[in-house]
Amino acid sequence: MIEFKHVNKSYGKTPILKDLNFTIGDGQFVILIGPSGCGKTTTLKTINRLIEPDSGTICIDGKDIHTTDKVQLRRHIGYVIQQIGLFPNMTVAQNICVVPKLLKYSKARCDEIVHEMLHMVGMEQHADKYPSELSGGQQQRIGVLRALAASPPIVLMDEPFGALDPMTRETLQDEVKSLQQKLNKTIVFVTHDMGEALKLADVIIFMEGGRIVQMASPEEMLEHPATDLVRSFLGKHSPETPVPSKVESFMRTNVISVKKNRGIRECAERMARGNVDTLLVTDESGRYAGVVSIGDIRHWGRDLANIEPLIRQTARTARVGDDAKESFDYLLDSGANYVVVLNDDDTIAGIVTKTSVARSVADSLWGDAK
Amino acid sequence: MKELFDTYGALLIRAVGIHTVYVLISVVIGFILGLLFGILLSRVPRWSGIILPIVSVFQTIPGLAFIGLLFLWLGMVPATVIIALSIYAMFPVMKNTYTGILGVDKKYTEAARGCGMSPVQTLIRVELPLALPTIIAGLRMAAIYTVSWTVLASMIGLGGLGDFVYQGTSSNNNTLILLGAIPAAILAILIGALIDLLQKKVTPRGLKKEVRR
Repeated sequence: MIEFKHVNKSYGKTPILKDLNFTIGDGQFVILIGPSGCGKTTTLKTINRLIEPDSGTICIDGKDIHTTDKVQLRRHIGYVIQQIGLFPNMTVAQNICVVPKLLKYSKARCDEIVHEMLHMVGMEQHADKYPSELSGGQQQRIGVLRALAASPPIVLMDEPFGALDPMTRETLQDEVKSLQQKLNKTIVFVTHDMGEALKLADVIIFMEGGRIVQMASPEEMLEHPATDLVRSFLGKHSPETPVPSKVESFMRTNVISVKKNRGIRECAERMARGNVDTLLVTDESGRYAGVVSIGDIRHWGRDLANIEPLIRQTARTARVGDDAKESFDYLLDSGANYVVVLNDDDTIAGIVTKTSVARSVADSLWGDAK
Repeated sequence: MKELFDTYGALLIRAVGIHTVYVLISVVIGFILGLLFGILLSRVPRWSGIILPIVSVFQTIPGLAFIGLLFLWLGMVPATVIIALSIYAMFPVMKNTYTGILGVDKKYTEAARGCGMSPVQTLIRVELPLALPTIIAGLRMAAIYTVSWTVLASMIGLGGLGDFVYQGTSSNNNTLILLGAIPAAILAILIGALIDLLQKKVTPRGLKKEVRR
Protein backbone atom coordinates (compact mmCIF):
# COMPACT_ATOMS: atom_id res chain seq x y z
CA MET A 1 0.00 0.00 0.00
CA ILE A 2 1.32 3.43 -0.92
CA GLU A 3 -0.05 6.39 0.99
CA PHE A 4 0.47 10.05 0.19
CA LYS A 5 -0.27 12.37 3.08
CA HIS A 6 -0.23 16.11 2.49
CA VAL A 7 2.63 15.89 0.04
CA ASN A 8 3.89 19.23 -1.25
CA LYS A 9 6.70 20.07 -3.60
CA SER A 10 7.79 23.24 -5.29
CA TYR A 11 10.69 24.27 -7.44
CA GLY A 12 11.68 27.71 -6.32
CA LYS A 13 8.40 29.54 -6.05
CA THR A 14 6.53 27.31 -8.47
CA PRO A 15 4.44 24.75 -6.67
CA ILE A 16 4.49 21.40 -8.42
CA LEU A 17 2.54 19.25 -6.00
CA LYS A 18 -0.12 20.75 -3.81
CA ASP A 19 -1.21 18.79 -0.78
CA LEU A 20 -1.52 15.39 -2.37
CA ASN A 21 -3.48 12.82 -0.43
CA PHE A 22 -4.26 9.44 -1.81
CA THR A 23 -3.80 5.76 -1.21
CA ILE A 24 -2.89 3.07 -3.67
CA GLY A 25 -3.88 -0.44 -2.72
CA ASP A 26 -1.72 -3.53 -3.19
CA GLY A 27 -1.89 -5.18 -6.58
CA GLN A 28 -3.54 -2.19 -8.22
CA PHE A 29 -2.63 -0.84 -11.60
CA VAL A 30 -2.74 2.89 -11.03
CA ILE A 31 -2.35 5.41 -13.81
CA LEU A 32 -1.29 8.99 -13.26
CA ILE A 33 -2.53 11.13 -16.08
CA GLY A 34 -2.97 14.81 -16.83
CA PRO A 35 -1.72 17.62 -19.03
CA SER A 36 2.03 18.20 -19.14
CA GLY A 37 3.31 20.00 -16.11
CA CYS A 38 0.52 18.66 -13.94
CA GLY A 39 2.97 16.97 -11.60
CA LYS A 40 2.32 13.35 -12.55
CA THR A 41 5.96 12.46 -13.15
CA THR A 42 7.01 14.35 -10.04
CA THR A 43 4.47 12.39 -8.05
CA LEU A 44 5.84 9.15 -9.45
CA LYS A 45 9.42 10.06 -8.65
CA THR A 46 8.65 10.93 -5.07
CA ILE A 47 7.73 7.28 -4.53
CA ASN A 48 11.30 6.08 -5.09
CA ARG A 49 12.75 9.30 -3.75
CA LEU A 50 14.30 10.43 -6.99
CA ILE A 51 12.50 13.60 -5.96
CA GLU A 52 12.06 14.50 -2.32
CA PRO A 53 8.86 16.28 -1.33
CA ASP A 54 9.17 19.53 0.63
CA SER A 55 6.61 18.43 3.16
CA GLY A 56 4.20 15.63 3.85
CA THR A 57 4.88 11.94 4.12
CA ILE A 58 4.74 9.02 1.77
CA CYS A 59 4.34 5.63 3.37
CA ILE A 60 4.78 2.25 1.78
CA ASP A 61 3.06 -0.46 3.78
CA GLY A 62 2.75 1.95 6.65
CA LYS A 63 6.44 2.81 6.75
CA ASP A 64 7.54 6.37 6.02
CA ILE A 65 9.91 6.04 3.08
CA HIS A 66 11.83 9.05 4.28
CA THR A 67 13.20 6.89 7.06
CA THR A 68 14.44 4.22 4.62
CA ASP A 69 17.81 4.51 2.94
CA LYS A 70 16.94 5.70 -0.53
CA VAL A 71 19.37 3.43 -2.32
CA GLN A 72 17.89 0.43 -0.51
CA LEU A 73 14.37 1.70 -1.16
CA ARG A 74 14.97 1.93 -4.91
CA ARG A 75 16.31 -1.60 -5.05
CA HIS A 76 12.91 -2.78 -3.87
CA ILE A 77 10.89 -0.67 -6.28
CA GLY A 78 11.04 -1.41 -9.97
CA TYR A 79 11.55 1.57 -12.26
CA VAL A 80 10.97 1.89 -16.00
CA ILE A 81 11.63 5.13 -17.85
CA GLN A 82 10.42 6.38 -21.18
CA GLN A 83 13.88 6.60 -22.72
CA ILE A 84 14.33 2.93 -21.76
CA GLY A 85 17.83 3.57 -20.41
CA LEU A 86 19.24 0.10 -20.81
CA PHE A 87 22.94 0.34 -20.05
CA PRO A 88 24.60 0.13 -23.47
CA ASN A 89 27.80 -1.28 -22.01
CA MET A 90 26.01 -4.31 -20.62
CA THR A 91 24.38 -7.26 -22.33
CA VAL A 92 20.67 -7.96 -22.05
CA ALA A 93 21.38 -10.52 -19.32
CA GLN A 94 23.58 -8.08 -17.41
CA ASN A 95 20.97 -5.38 -17.70
CA ILE A 96 18.28 -7.64 -16.29
CA CYS A 97 20.54 -8.59 -13.43
CA VAL A 98 21.50 -5.09 -12.38
CA VAL A 99 19.24 -5.01 -9.35
CA PRO A 100 19.68 -8.66 -8.31
CA LYS A 101 23.44 -8.03 -8.40
CA LEU A 102 23.08 -4.90 -6.31
CA LEU A 103 21.15 -7.03 -3.85
CA LYS A 104 24.02 -9.51 -3.91
CA TYR A 105 22.10 -12.47 -5.29
CA SER A 106 24.27 -15.45 -6.17
CA LYS A 107 25.48 -15.91 -9.72
CA ALA A 108 23.31 -18.99 -10.09
CA ARG A 109 20.23 -17.15 -8.90
CA CYS A 110 20.96 -14.31 -11.33
CA ASP A 111 21.25 -16.73 -14.24
CA GLU A 112 18.00 -18.30 -13.21
CA ILE A 113 16.28 -14.91 -13.10
CA VAL A 114 17.58 -14.00 -16.54
CA HIS A 115 16.28 -17.23 -17.94
CA GLU A 116 12.90 -16.91 -16.24
CA MET A 117 12.46 -13.30 -17.26
CA LEU A 118 13.44 -13.76 -20.88
CA HIS A 119 11.26 -16.83 -21.07
CA MET A 120 8.26 -14.77 -20.00
CA VAL A 121 8.57 -12.55 -23.06
CA GLY A 122 9.99 -15.18 -25.37
CA MET A 123 13.37 -13.52 -25.83
CA GLU A 124 15.70 -16.23 -24.53
CA GLN A 125 17.89 -16.11 -27.59
CA HIS A 126 18.75 -12.46 -26.95
CA ALA A 127 20.44 -12.86 -23.56
CA ASP A 128 23.94 -12.09 -24.80
CA LYS A 129 23.05 -9.30 -27.16
CA TYR A 130 23.69 -5.65 -26.43
CA PRO A 131 20.81 -3.17 -26.28
CA SER A 132 21.96 -1.48 -29.49
CA GLU A 133 21.32 -4.77 -31.28
CA LEU A 134 17.64 -4.84 -30.29
CA SER A 135 14.61 -3.03 -31.67
CA GLY A 136 12.95 -0.32 -29.59
CA GLY A 137 10.13 -2.60 -28.52
CA GLN A 138 12.53 -5.36 -27.54
CA GLN A 139 14.62 -2.88 -25.60
CA GLN A 140 11.66 -1.68 -23.59
CA ARG A 141 10.62 -5.26 -22.90
CA ILE A 142 14.04 -5.74 -21.36
CA GLY A 143 13.57 -2.43 -19.56
CA VAL A 144 10.41 -3.81 -17.98
CA LEU A 145 12.15 -7.08 -17.12
CA ARG A 146 14.99 -5.18 -15.48
CA ALA A 147 12.43 -3.52 -13.26
CA LEU A 148 10.81 -6.84 -12.39
CA ALA A 149 13.99 -8.88 -11.94
CA ALA A 150 14.31 -8.64 -8.18
CA SER A 151 10.53 -9.18 -7.80
CA PRO A 152 9.75 -5.81 -6.27
CA PRO A 153 6.16 -5.54 -5.06
CA ILE A 154 5.89 -2.08 -6.59
CA VAL A 155 6.88 -1.02 -10.09
CA LEU A 156 6.98 2.59 -11.25
CA MET A 157 6.67 3.31 -14.94
CA ASP A 158 7.24 6.75 -16.37
CA GLU A 159 5.59 6.88 -19.81
CA PRO A 160 7.29 3.61 -20.65
CA PHE A 161 5.72 3.18 -24.06
CA GLY A 162 5.61 6.80 -25.14
CA ALA A 163 8.43 6.45 -27.62
CA LEU A 164 7.25 3.25 -29.25
CA ASP A 165 5.26 2.86 -32.42
CA PRO A 166 1.53 2.18 -31.92
CA MET A 167 1.68 -1.51 -32.79
CA THR A 168 4.53 -2.27 -30.43
CA ARG A 169 2.89 -0.13 -27.78
CA GLU A 170 -0.30 -2.19 -27.95
CA THR A 171 1.63 -5.42 -27.58
CA LEU A 172 3.66 -4.16 -24.66
CA GLN A 173 0.58 -2.82 -22.93
CA ASP A 174 -1.00 -6.25 -23.17
CA GLU A 175 2.16 -7.89 -21.91
CA VAL A 176 2.55 -5.54 -18.99
CA LYS A 177 -1.07 -5.88 -18.02
CA SER A 178 -0.87 -9.65 -18.04
CA LEU A 179 2.47 -9.64 -16.19
CA GLN A 180 0.96 -7.36 -13.59
CA GLN A 181 -1.99 -9.64 -13.09
CA LYS A 182 0.12 -12.77 -13.10
CA LEU A 183 2.71 -11.46 -10.67
CA ASN A 184 0.23 -9.37 -8.70
CA LYS A 185 2.34 -6.20 -8.73
CA THR A 186 1.32 -2.75 -7.69
CA ILE A 187 2.08 -0.62 -10.71
CA VAL A 188 2.12 3.16 -10.77
CA PHE A 189 2.20 4.27 -14.35
CA VAL A 190 2.47 7.76 -15.81
CA THR A 191 1.03 8.50 -19.22
CA HIS A 192 -0.65 11.28 -21.12
CA ASP A 193 -2.49 8.84 -23.36
CA MET A 194 -6.02 8.31 -22.10
CA GLY A 195 -6.45 5.26 -24.31
CA GLU A 196 -3.53 3.65 -22.54
CA ALA A 197 -4.95 4.65 -19.17
CA LEU A 198 -8.40 3.26 -19.88
CA LYS A 199 -6.91 0.06 -21.17
CA LEU A 200 -4.55 -0.66 -18.31
CA ALA A 201 -5.78 1.04 -15.18
CA ASP A 202 -7.67 -0.25 -12.21
CA VAL A 203 -7.62 3.29 -10.92
CA ILE A 204 -6.92 6.48 -12.83
CA ILE A 205 -5.60 9.49 -10.97
CA PHE A 206 -6.20 12.60 -13.02
CA MET A 207 -3.97 15.50 -12.04
CA GLU A 208 -3.95 19.14 -12.96
CA GLY A 209 -1.75 21.89 -11.58
CA GLY A 210 -0.30 19.70 -8.87
CA ARG A 211 -3.63 18.55 -7.54
CA ILE A 212 -5.74 15.48 -8.00
CA VAL A 213 -8.80 16.38 -9.99
CA GLN A 214 -10.32 12.94 -9.96
CA MET A 215 -9.32 9.52 -8.74
CA ALA A 216 -11.63 6.87 -10.09
CA SER A 217 -11.91 3.64 -11.99
CA PRO A 218 -11.89 4.02 -15.79
CA GLU A 219 -15.57 3.14 -15.83
CA GLU A 220 -16.50 5.76 -13.32
CA MET A 221 -14.31 8.40 -14.93
CA LEU A 222 -15.97 7.80 -18.26
CA GLU A 223 -19.42 8.01 -16.77
CA HIS A 224 -18.81 10.95 -14.51
CA PRO A 225 -15.80 13.00 -15.57
CA ALA A 226 -15.16 15.45 -12.74
CA THR A 227 -14.28 18.45 -14.88
CA ASP A 228 -14.35 19.56 -18.47
CA LEU A 229 -10.62 18.93 -18.70
CA VAL A 230 -11.11 15.30 -17.71
CA ARG A 231 -13.90 15.10 -20.23
CA SER A 232 -11.72 16.53 -22.96
CA PHE A 233 -8.98 14.04 -22.09
CA LEU A 234 -11.48 11.26 -22.30
CA GLY A 235 -12.52 12.81 -25.60
CA LYS A 236 -12.60 10.27 -28.32
CA HIS A 237 -12.46 7.42 -25.86
CA SER A 238 -15.97 7.91 -24.57
CA PRO A 239 -17.56 5.65 -27.21
CA GLU A 240 -15.39 2.79 -26.11
CA THR A 241 -17.44 2.72 -23.00
CA PRO A 242 -20.75 0.99 -23.05
CA VAL A 243 -22.88 3.60 -24.81
CA PRO A 244 -25.77 4.58 -22.55
CA SER A 245 -28.26 1.90 -23.39
CA LYS A 246 -31.43 2.95 -21.56
CA VAL A 247 -34.30 4.40 -23.47
CA GLU A 248 -34.43 7.57 -21.36
CA SER A 249 -30.97 8.56 -22.55
CA PHE A 250 -32.32 9.07 -26.01
CA MET A 251 -35.79 10.45 -25.53
CA ARG A 252 -36.98 13.96 -26.18
CA THR A 253 -38.65 15.39 -23.12
CA ASN A 254 -40.20 18.53 -24.53
CA VAL A 255 -43.23 16.76 -25.95
CA ILE A 256 -46.64 18.29 -26.45
CA SER A 257 -49.44 16.63 -24.58
CA VAL A 258 -53.04 17.53 -23.95
CA LYS A 259 -55.66 16.50 -21.43
CA LYS A 260 -58.35 14.25 -22.89
CA ASN A 261 -61.18 16.68 -22.05
CA ARG A 262 -59.77 19.34 -24.33
CA GLY A 263 -61.72 20.57 -27.31
CA ILE A 264 -61.11 19.60 -30.89
CA ARG A 265 -60.24 23.06 -32.08
CA GLU A 266 -57.72 23.63 -29.37
CA CYS A 267 -55.96 20.41 -30.26
CA ALA A 268 -55.92 21.16 -33.96
CA GLU A 269 -54.54 24.57 -33.15
CA ARG A 270 -51.73 23.11 -30.99
CA MET A 271 -50.80 20.61 -33.63
CA ALA A 272 -50.50 23.37 -36.17
CA ARG A 273 -48.39 25.47 -33.85
CA GLY A 274 -46.15 22.59 -32.85
CA ASN A 275 -45.93 21.45 -36.44
CA VAL A 276 -46.84 17.90 -35.52
CA ASP A 277 -49.53 15.50 -36.72
CA THR A 278 -50.26 13.78 -33.43
CA LEU A 279 -50.65 14.78 -29.81
CA LEU A 280 -50.13 12.72 -26.74
CA VAL A 281 -53.18 12.62 -24.57
CA THR A 282 -53.30 12.25 -20.81
CA ASP A 283 -56.19 11.73 -18.41
CA GLU A 284 -57.07 14.16 -15.67
CA SER A 285 -54.34 12.99 -13.37
CA GLY A 286 -51.65 13.22 -16.05
CA ARG A 287 -51.45 9.50 -16.87
CA TYR A 288 -50.89 8.59 -20.49
CA ALA A 289 -54.11 7.78 -22.27
CA GLY A 290 -53.16 7.52 -25.94
CA VAL A 291 -52.70 9.74 -28.95
CA VAL A 292 -54.89 11.72 -31.26
CA SER A 293 -53.93 12.28 -34.87
CA ILE A 294 -54.80 15.17 -37.13
CA GLY A 295 -56.36 12.75 -39.58
CA ASP A 296 -58.89 11.54 -37.03
CA ILE A 297 -59.72 15.05 -35.97
CA ARG A 298 -60.42 16.07 -39.58
CA HIS A 299 -62.56 13.02 -40.17
CA TRP A 300 -64.64 12.79 -37.06
CA GLY A 301 -63.90 15.80 -35.03
CA ARG A 302 -66.56 18.12 -36.39
CA ASP A 303 -69.34 16.91 -34.08
CA LEU A 304 -67.36 16.19 -30.96
CA ALA A 305 -66.99 18.36 -27.89
CA ASN A 306 -63.63 16.96 -26.86
CA ILE A 307 -61.00 14.59 -28.15
CA GLU A 308 -61.71 11.68 -25.82
CA PRO A 309 -63.50 9.50 -28.41
CA LEU A 310 -60.66 9.94 -30.86
CA ILE A 311 -57.94 8.63 -28.59
CA ARG A 312 -56.18 5.64 -30.02
CA GLN A 313 -53.74 3.29 -28.36
CA THR A 314 -51.75 2.73 -31.51
CA ALA A 315 -48.49 4.27 -30.36
CA ARG A 316 -46.02 1.87 -28.92
CA THR A 317 -44.93 2.61 -25.37
CA ALA A 318 -41.81 1.87 -23.41
CA ARG A 319 -40.98 2.29 -19.75
CA VAL A 320 -38.20 4.38 -18.31
CA GLY A 321 -35.37 1.94 -17.69
CA ASP A 322 -36.18 -0.22 -20.68
CA ASP A 323 -33.46 -1.08 -23.13
CA ALA A 324 -33.28 1.52 -25.87
CA LYS A 325 -32.47 -1.11 -28.44
CA GLU A 326 -36.00 -2.52 -28.44
CA SER A 327 -37.51 0.87 -29.17
CA PHE A 328 -34.88 1.55 -31.82
CA ASP A 329 -35.55 -1.75 -33.52
CA TYR A 330 -39.28 -1.09 -33.48
CA LEU A 331 -38.85 2.38 -34.96
CA LEU A 332 -36.61 1.13 -37.72
CA ASP A 333 -38.66 -1.96 -38.54
CA SER A 334 -42.22 -0.63 -38.31
CA GLY A 335 -41.73 2.77 -39.84
CA ALA A 336 -43.50 4.32 -36.86
CA ASN A 337 -42.40 7.82 -36.03
CA TYR A 338 -42.00 7.56 -32.29
CA VAL A 339 -42.22 5.46 -29.18
CA VAL A 340 -43.78 6.97 -26.07
CA VAL A 341 -41.73 6.57 -22.95
CA LEU A 342 -43.67 6.37 -19.71
CA ASN A 343 -42.62 6.83 -16.13
CA ASP A 344 -43.49 4.21 -13.57
CA ASP A 345 -46.66 6.09 -12.63
CA ASP A 346 -47.82 6.10 -16.28
CA THR A 347 -47.08 9.78 -16.77
CA ILE A 348 -45.27 10.72 -19.95
CA ALA A 349 -41.51 10.90 -19.68
CA GLY A 350 -40.83 11.71 -23.31
CA ILE A 351 -40.69 10.19 -26.76
CA VAL A 352 -38.00 8.42 -28.72
CA THR A 353 -37.89 9.31 -32.37
CA LYS A 354 -35.86 8.24 -35.36
CA THR A 355 -33.70 11.28 -34.79
CA SER A 356 -32.71 9.78 -31.45
CA VAL A 357 -31.61 6.63 -33.23
CA ALA A 358 -29.54 8.64 -35.64
CA ARG A 359 -27.90 10.57 -32.82
CA SER A 360 -27.04 7.42 -30.95
CA VAL A 361 -25.45 5.87 -34.00
CA ALA A 362 -23.50 9.04 -34.68
CA ASP A 363 -22.26 9.13 -31.09
CA SER A 364 -20.93 5.66 -31.17
CA LEU A 365 -19.28 6.25 -34.52
CA TRP A 366 -17.65 9.61 -34.01
CA GLY A 367 -17.52 10.01 -30.31
CA ASP A 368 -18.77 12.66 -28.05
CA ALA A 369 -18.99 15.80 -30.12
CA LYS A 370 -18.53 17.83 -26.98
CA MET B 1 74.82 5.83 -42.30
CA LYS B 2 76.84 3.06 -40.70
CA GLU B 3 79.34 5.60 -39.52
CA LEU B 4 76.52 7.64 -38.02
CA PHE B 5 75.14 4.64 -36.23
CA ASP B 6 78.56 3.63 -34.93
CA THR B 7 79.05 7.08 -33.50
CA TYR B 8 75.58 7.67 -32.07
CA GLY B 9 73.97 4.21 -31.94
CA ALA B 10 74.50 3.46 -28.28
CA LEU B 11 73.68 7.03 -27.29
CA LEU B 12 70.53 6.96 -29.40
CA ILE B 13 69.25 3.74 -27.88
CA ARG B 14 69.95 5.04 -24.44
CA ALA B 15 68.20 8.33 -25.26
CA VAL B 16 65.16 6.53 -26.66
CA GLY B 17 65.05 4.41 -23.50
CA ILE B 18 65.23 7.40 -21.17
CA HIS B 19 62.69 9.26 -23.30
CA THR B 20 60.27 6.35 -23.19
CA VAL B 21 60.63 5.94 -19.46
CA TYR B 22 59.88 9.63 -18.88
CA VAL B 23 56.87 9.44 -21.15
CA LEU B 24 55.47 6.29 -19.57
CA ILE B 25 55.89 7.42 -15.99
CA SER B 26 54.52 10.90 -16.64
CA VAL B 27 51.59 9.68 -18.66
CA VAL B 28 50.64 7.09 -16.07
CA ILE B 29 50.80 9.65 -13.26
CA GLY B 30 49.08 12.26 -15.41
CA PHE B 31 46.37 9.79 -16.37
CA ILE B 32 45.65 8.81 -12.79
CA LEU B 33 45.58 12.42 -11.61
CA GLY B 34 43.55 13.53 -14.62
CA LEU B 35 41.03 10.77 -14.10
CA LEU B 36 40.75 11.58 -10.43
CA PHE B 37 40.33 15.32 -10.88
CA GLY B 38 38.06 14.81 -13.86
CA ILE B 39 35.78 12.62 -11.75
CA LEU B 40 35.85 15.05 -8.85
CA LEU B 41 35.08 17.93 -11.17
CA SER B 42 32.19 16.01 -12.70
CA ARG B 43 30.66 15.65 -9.21
CA VAL B 44 30.42 19.43 -8.93
CA PRO B 45 29.85 20.60 -12.49
CA ARG B 46 28.99 24.02 -11.08
CA TRP B 47 32.62 24.57 -10.22
CA SER B 48 33.88 23.62 -13.63
CA GLY B 49 32.95 27.07 -14.89
CA ILE B 50 35.68 28.43 -12.62
CA ILE B 51 38.15 25.57 -12.56
CA LEU B 52 38.36 24.69 -16.24
CA PRO B 53 39.26 28.24 -17.41
CA ILE B 54 41.96 28.45 -14.72
CA VAL B 55 43.28 25.13 -15.86
CA SER B 56 43.39 26.16 -19.48
CA VAL B 57 45.26 29.35 -18.58
CA PHE B 58 47.76 27.21 -16.74
CA GLN B 59 48.02 24.98 -19.75
CA THR B 60 49.14 27.88 -21.90
CA ILE B 61 52.26 28.42 -19.78
CA PRO B 62 55.01 27.18 -22.05
CA GLY B 63 56.45 23.88 -20.91
CA LEU B 64 59.85 25.42 -21.20
CA ALA B 65 59.07 28.08 -18.62
CA PHE B 66 57.41 25.61 -16.29
CA ILE B 67 60.29 23.14 -16.34
CA GLY B 68 62.63 26.09 -15.79
CA LEU B 69 60.70 27.16 -12.71
CA LEU B 70 60.54 23.65 -11.29
CA PHE B 71 64.24 23.28 -11.98
CA LEU B 72 65.00 26.33 -9.85
CA TRP B 73 62.93 24.83 -7.07
CA LEU B 74 63.78 21.13 -7.22
CA GLY B 75 67.10 21.10 -9.01
CA MET B 76 68.43 18.82 -11.67
CA VAL B 77 66.60 15.64 -10.73
CA PRO B 78 64.33 13.41 -12.86
CA ALA B 79 61.48 14.37 -10.52
CA THR B 80 61.51 17.86 -12.03
CA VAL B 81 60.87 16.52 -15.49
CA ILE B 82 58.34 13.95 -14.35
CA ILE B 83 56.34 16.42 -12.28
CA ALA B 84 56.19 18.91 -15.10
CA LEU B 85 55.28 16.32 -17.73
CA SER B 86 52.71 14.65 -15.48
CA ILE B 87 50.93 17.92 -14.91
CA TYR B 88 50.83 18.62 -18.62
CA ALA B 89 49.68 15.07 -19.34
CA MET B 90 47.00 15.47 -16.71
CA PHE B 91 45.11 18.28 -18.43
CA PRO B 92 43.74 16.51 -21.50
CA VAL B 93 42.79 13.47 -19.44
CA MET B 94 41.06 15.60 -16.85
CA LYS B 95 39.17 17.60 -19.40
CA ASN B 96 38.07 14.54 -21.34
CA THR B 97 37.10 12.65 -18.22
CA TYR B 98 34.99 15.58 -17.15
CA THR B 99 33.31 16.10 -20.51
CA GLY B 100 33.00 12.35 -21.00
CA ILE B 101 31.17 11.83 -17.74
CA LEU B 102 28.98 14.87 -18.25
CA GLY B 103 28.26 13.66 -21.76
CA VAL B 104 26.72 10.45 -20.46
CA ASP B 105 23.07 10.61 -21.36
CA LYS B 106 20.91 11.47 -18.37
CA LYS B 107 18.65 8.51 -19.10
CA TYR B 108 21.44 6.14 -18.09
CA THR B 109 22.23 7.88 -14.83
CA GLU B 110 18.57 8.18 -14.02
CA ALA B 111 18.02 4.51 -14.76
CA ALA B 112 21.03 3.70 -12.60
CA ARG B 113 19.73 5.76 -9.71
CA GLY B 114 16.26 4.36 -10.16
CA CYS B 115 17.66 0.83 -10.01
CA GLY B 116 19.17 1.63 -6.65
CA MET B 117 22.81 2.22 -7.51
CA SER B 118 24.71 4.36 -5.06
CA PRO B 119 26.58 7.34 -6.54
CA VAL B 120 29.83 5.37 -6.53
CA GLN B 121 28.19 2.38 -8.19
CA THR B 122 26.64 4.66 -10.79
CA LEU B 123 30.06 6.12 -11.47
CA ILE B 124 31.89 2.82 -11.74
CA ARG B 125 29.25 0.72 -13.47
CA VAL B 126 27.65 3.26 -15.75
CA GLU B 127 29.30 6.65 -16.06
CA LEU B 128 32.95 5.63 -16.40
CA PRO B 129 32.31 2.77 -18.84
CA LEU B 130 30.23 5.05 -21.00
CA ALA B 131 32.77 7.87 -20.80
CA LEU B 132 35.68 5.53 -21.45
CA PRO B 133 36.03 6.20 -25.19
CA THR B 134 36.31 9.91 -24.46
CA ILE B 135 38.69 9.36 -21.57
CA ILE B 136 40.96 7.19 -23.70
CA ALA B 137 40.94 9.84 -26.40
CA GLY B 138 42.24 12.23 -23.74
CA LEU B 139 44.90 9.74 -22.77
CA ARG B 140 45.99 9.44 -26.38
CA MET B 141 46.32 13.15 -26.70
CA ALA B 142 48.24 13.36 -23.44
CA ALA B 143 50.64 10.59 -24.45
CA ILE B 144 51.43 12.03 -27.84
CA TYR B 145 51.99 15.51 -26.47
CA THR B 146 54.15 14.14 -23.71
CA VAL B 147 56.47 12.49 -26.24
CA SER B 148 57.23 15.89 -27.71
CA TRP B 149 57.34 17.70 -24.39
CA THR B 150 59.85 15.20 -23.05
CA VAL B 151 62.36 16.71 -25.45
CA LEU B 152 62.52 19.54 -22.91
CA ALA B 153 64.11 17.20 -20.35
CA SER B 154 67.48 17.60 -21.97
CA MET B 155 67.20 21.37 -21.48
CA ILE B 156 68.01 20.83 -17.84
CA GLY B 157 70.53 18.14 -18.67
CA LEU B 158 68.40 15.12 -18.01
CA GLY B 159 68.82 13.35 -21.32
CA GLY B 160 66.33 11.80 -23.68
CA LEU B 161 65.99 12.47 -27.38
CA GLY B 162 66.14 16.17 -26.67
CA ASP B 163 69.91 15.82 -26.31
CA PHE B 164 70.22 15.26 -30.03
CA VAL B 165 67.87 18.06 -30.93
CA TYR B 166 69.59 20.61 -28.69
CA GLN B 167 73.09 19.58 -29.77
CA GLY B 168 71.93 19.71 -33.36
CA THR B 169 70.43 23.16 -33.09
CA SER B 170 73.36 24.61 -31.18
CA SER B 171 75.92 23.17 -33.58
CA ASN B 172 73.76 23.71 -36.64
CA ASN B 173 73.87 19.98 -37.36
CA ASN B 174 70.70 18.91 -39.15
CA THR B 175 71.58 15.24 -38.96
CA LEU B 176 71.61 15.41 -35.20
CA ILE B 177 68.29 17.23 -35.12
CA LEU B 178 66.73 14.55 -37.29
CA LEU B 179 68.36 11.86 -35.21
CA GLY B 180 66.41 13.21 -32.25
CA ALA B 181 63.22 14.19 -34.05
CA ILE B 182 62.60 11.08 -36.11
CA PRO B 183 62.73 8.59 -33.21
CA ALA B 184 60.52 10.96 -31.22
CA ALA B 185 57.97 11.01 -34.02
CA ILE B 186 58.09 7.23 -34.34
CA LEU B 187 57.69 6.91 -30.59
CA ALA B 188 54.62 9.17 -30.70
CA ILE B 189 53.08 7.13 -33.51
CA LEU B 190 53.79 3.87 -31.72
CA ILE B 191 52.28 5.06 -28.47
CA GLY B 192 49.27 6.41 -30.36
CA ALA B 193 48.80 3.02 -32.04
CA LEU B 194 49.17 1.26 -28.73
CA ILE B 195 46.46 3.38 -27.19
CA ASP B 196 44.18 2.86 -30.18
CA LEU B 197 44.57 -0.85 -29.55
CA LEU B 198 43.76 -0.31 -25.88
CA GLN B 199 40.75 1.74 -26.92
CA LYS B 200 39.43 -1.14 -28.98
CA LYS B 201 40.03 -3.56 -26.17
CA VAL B 202 38.27 -1.59 -23.46
CA THR B 203 35.31 -0.30 -25.44
CA PRO B 204 32.39 -2.61 -24.66
CA ARG B 205 30.88 -4.28 -27.69
CA GLY B 206 27.60 -2.57 -27.08
CA LEU B 207 29.19 0.84 -27.40
CA LYS B 208 31.10 0.28 -30.58
CA LYS B 209 28.18 1.10 -32.78
CA GLU B 210 27.74 4.45 -31.18
CA VAL B 211 29.46 7.53 -32.49
CA ARG B 212 32.69 8.27 -30.75
CA ARG B 213 33.25 11.72 -29.49
